[in-house]
Formats: sequence, structure tokens, C-alpha cells
Amino acid sequence: MTEIALTLTDAHASTARRARRQRLQDAAFRNATLAFALLVLLILGGVTVSLIDGALPALRTFGFGFVATEVWNPVTEQFGALAPIYGTLVTSIIAMAVGIPVSFGIALFITEMCPAWLKRPLGVAIELLAGIPSIIYGIWGLFVFAPFMQSTIQPFLIATLGQIPGIGNLFMGPPYGIGILTAGLILGIMVLPFITSITRDVFETVPPMVRESAYGLGATTWEVVWNVVLPYTRTGVVGGVMLGLGRALGETMAVTFVIGNAHRISSSIMAPGTTISASIANEFTEAVGDVYTASLVALGLILFLITFTVLSIAKLMLLRLQRKAGV
Amino acid sequence: MTMSNSATLATPIGGLYHRRRIANKLALTLALGAACFGLFWLVAILWTLLYNGLSAINLSLFTENTPPPGGEGGLLNAIFGSVIMTTVATLVGTPVGVMAGTYLAEFGRNTKLAEVVRFINDVLLSAPSIMVGLFVYEVLVVRMGHFSAWAGAMALAVLVIPVVVRTTEDMLKLVPNSLREAAAALGAPQWKVITMVAYRAARNGMITGVLLAIARISGETAPLLFTALNNQFWSADMNAPMANLPVVIFQYAMSPYEDWRQLAWGGALLITVAILLLNIGARLLAGLGTTRK
Repeated sequence: MTEIALTLTDAHASTARRARRQRLQDAAFRNATLAFALLVLLILGGVTVSLIDGALPALRTFGFGFVATEVWNPVTEQFGALAPIYGTLVTSIIAMAVGIPVSFGIALFITEMCPAWLKRPLGVAIELLAGIPSIIYGIWGLFVFAPFMQSTIQPFLIATLGQIPGIGNLFMGPPYGIGILTAGLILGIMVLPFITSITRDVFETVPPMVRESAYGLGATTWEVVWNVVLPYTRTGVVGGVMLGLGRALGETMAVTFVIGNAHRISSSIMAPGTTISASIANEFTEAVGDVYTASLVALGLILFLITFTVLSIAKLMLLRLQRKAGV
Repeated sequence: MTMSNSATLATPIGGLYHRRRIANKLALTLALGAACFGLFWLVAILWTLLYNGLSAINLSLFTENTPPPGGEGGLLNAIFGSVIMTTVATLVGTPVGVMAGTYLAEFGRNTKLAEVVRFINDVLLSAPSIMVGLFVYEVLVVRMGHFSAWAGAMALAVLVIPVVVRTTEDMLKLVPNSLREAAAALGAPQWKVITMVAYRAARNGMITGVLLAIARISGETAPLLFTALNNQFWSADMNAPMANLPVVIFQYAMSPYEDWRQLAWGGALLITVAILLLNIGARLLAGLGTTRK
């Protein structure tokens, strides 16, 4: 009798022990995952702190004037970020001017026009193209696109747009082949798959009912897209565009090959220039002296601030669309 | 002239309809044009790559080290370096990403903290990779006092993490709650429910995420420029600068030597093919998961 009771209490005790052990294991596992989740925050914090820390010598030397001066002279150790900032913004604007309408056209073609059997392969192809590393675009730009720009497109632009007073200034000067315009166009081609695949995904979130109702009222395909699909997906499309813009602003390799790496602001967009990321990629390992290195890190800090803002806005807009779609 | 006049007079509605149809035709033609224009350039890039790359591919590309200008050689040390650093980065980044993704999907699903982590992770996902290079330079290279393959691998690992976090979370969220409840009802503690049931159900999707992450980092150049640097010679020392394909392509393509440029094209083709295969593999695996369910 007592023996049975003993084994029973034994069993109870061992169950309780096991339960306690499992609770401890659970807590350990939970806290471990929490720690790694916090690590993600820590990475961003680390990037911010290390960039600020590395940029301090330059910011202390040049102060606010760093972002407002164009001079970039390693010999006299005078550095200003205006030319790279200008180059980054202008190449991205050109990229968006090319990328937005074309990727909108491709997305429109895939969602509304192309035969059903082509839809999936085309969508997959676009997504595969988004995976091609940017250095491929860069090397193509250097060996194929820049010579083509020099021999064909730039002389044509100089002869036509360059003759118009006013905007002609943008298209003046010798056809170098490399330069701001070439870099911007390559970026435009590079962001096509990104923007297209997001725009396409976003277009597909429109409930078929809404779309079909519009068709039922007699709307043409274009009217459906312009008056129903676009208003419905507006925030998502803008989010996708901003994501593409984030890519274009921070892109390094596609630009570095063809930008020309000249720290100056020319009135012509065909002249060589530089961008923030291209300056860092070209000069960082060769930079001699603390102020030089710190100035390049400071450029990185500026890029970080710009892209962080753009990407945050993009993310918020996509989130808003998601909430609306009730996902 | 008279015909069209009478037509519009007879049916004013028809005129409006006509205009709408023309506007529609015009817009769709423009869209078609844009699609052809965009796809033309993308195909042109791939074609050039294939054309120039294939002529550079031969046996010595895989058996010899990077040559001095004018010499015979291949990309063996660069291929080796890329594989090593990618492997280390994946081994470091994957567990971190999986654990963080697990927290987001399983423990902190609706908490404020998870929302912040998710947001920051998405920002990191598309943050410029050159900044990651600067970060690792400041943290590792400056401290260690020299460039090294470790630093390169860590920079790549930082890029792996957000991809894996994202896919792990998404895939775990697809696992039906009834599976978790069934396991819990059998008395399994939560960590066993997650590691032995949820992970298993989401396995294909999670592997897909890792493959996508490998595809992403194997072409990255910017974060390696000032972490792993480059090396003309064979080196398996993780504490020393190591050759890697992207940086070799960058340097050789920018050089004035024809044979170096040839090697750059060959390397570019190798990377692109590897990445396309990884992407297609990931896609097939993901497809496998959905059809079986």
C-alpha cells in the first residue's frame, strides 16, 4: 500500500519537475528569440552610431558647410558634399523619369493586356531580373551602353535639344559617353524590375468585383486602370516607386562604372559627375588621412539619412495599402 | 469628311464612344510600347553578358588563379573566396534571422516591439549595401587594424539577416494554428511545438528564404570593397584579405587590359548564372510547398 503511494508521489514529483524544466526551456527559447529580434534593432542602431562616430572629424572640421560646399580637394584636405549629393539626386530623378512610366506600362501590360498563358512566365521573368546583381548593369553600362551613348545618343541630343535656349544648357558639351545622364539611364533600367514587380503585385490586390463592375458599366480597359485600379492602389504604387527610388539613391556598382567620378556640378547632365555611393566606392580604400576618410563616412551618413527617410515613407505607404486590403 | 460629319451628327454618343476607344487604344499601345522598350533593354543586357561571357569561359577559368596583366590565368582564388565568404555569412546570418523571425511570428505577433522590429527589418532589407560595408569597416576593420575575409563575411551576414527574418516570419504565419494547438494538446512545450511542428511545416518556405538570401549576397560588391578587399593570390586565411568574384570583376573591368576584361566578363556570367539558378531553385522549392499542402 505505502509502496504504491510512494511511487505515485514519485511520479507526481517527476511530472512536476519535468513541467518546471519545460517551463524553463520555454522561457529560455522565448528570450533567445527575443534577443535576436532585438539584435535586428541593434544592427540599425550600430550602423547609425558607427556612421556618426566615423563622420565626426569631418563634421567638426567643416561644420554645416560640409553639405553646402562643392570643393573636394584631397591635397588641401578641403571637402564638401554638394557635388555628390547633387549627382545622387539628379541620377535618381533621371532614373525615376525613365523607370516609373516604363514599369507602369509593363505592369499594365502584364495585368490587363497579355494573354493568360503569358502572365506567369512574364511575371517570373521580371522577378528573376530583379535578382541580377547591380555589377552586371555596371559592366554592361561601361562596355556597351556608354560607347553607344557617345556615338549615337549624345551627339543626337546635342544637335537637337542642345540647340534650344534654356534647357539646351542641360545637353551641352562634348559627348563623353560616361556621365550623369548615362548613369541615370542605367539606374532607370535597373529599377524597372523592382518597381514593376511591386506595381504588378499591388494591381492584383484590386478585388475582381470592383474591376468587373467597372467593365460592366462599359468602361474601357484604360478607364478601368486609370479611374478604378490606380485610385484603389495609389498608396501601394507610390510605395513601390519610393522603394525603387531608395534603390536608385543608394545604388553603388551600376553607377560607379559610368559616372566618371568628377567632384563638380556641371550645368550639363551629360558631363561626368559623381554620386555619394560612387565616391565612397572609388575613394575609400585610397583615402589618406583622417579628415579624408571621415569626409567619405560623412557622405555615407548623408546617404543613410536620405535613404532611411525615403524607405520609411515607402514602407508606411505599403502598410497603409495592406491595412485597407484587410490582409 | 461628309461621312464622318453625318456620323457624329447622327449619333453624338457614338462620337464620345469613338473618342474613348481611341484614348483606350492610345494608352494600351503606349503600355505595350513601354513593355517592349523595357524588356528590350533587359534582354540586351543578358544577351551581351552571354555573348561576352561565354567566350571567356574555359577550363583555366576554374583551375588557375587571377593573373597579373598580360599573363594567363583564371578566377580560381576569387571563386573560392566568394564561396567561402558566402558560406560563412549564410551560416552566421541564417540562425539569427530564423530566431528573430520566430519571435515576430510566434511570440510577439501583435506587440508594439514586433511592429518596430518588422519595420526596421524592412528598412534594412532595402538599405544601400555600401552602408553596411562602412558599418563593418568602422566596427571590425578599424578595430582589427587590417582588412580580412571575416569582415567581408560579416558584412554579407548583415545582408542575409533581413531576408531570412522576413521569409521566416511570413512562412511561420502560414502554418495553421490548429497544428500548433494539436501539438500543445499532446503536452508539448511551446519550444517543441515551434521547433518540431511549426518549423517542419514551414521548412520549404524557410529554405527558400535562405536560398534567396544567398542569391542576394553572392553578387554584392559594395560591402566587400573595404572589408574583404581583394587578393591577387590564393589565400584561405580568414584573417587576411581574400579574393572574391564581385571585386575582381570590378577591378578587372575598370582596367585597361583586354585579358583582364575578358576575365571580368567570364566572372560576371558565372555570378549571374549562379544567382539565376539559386532563384529558380528557391522558386521551385516554394512551389513544391504550396502544391503539397
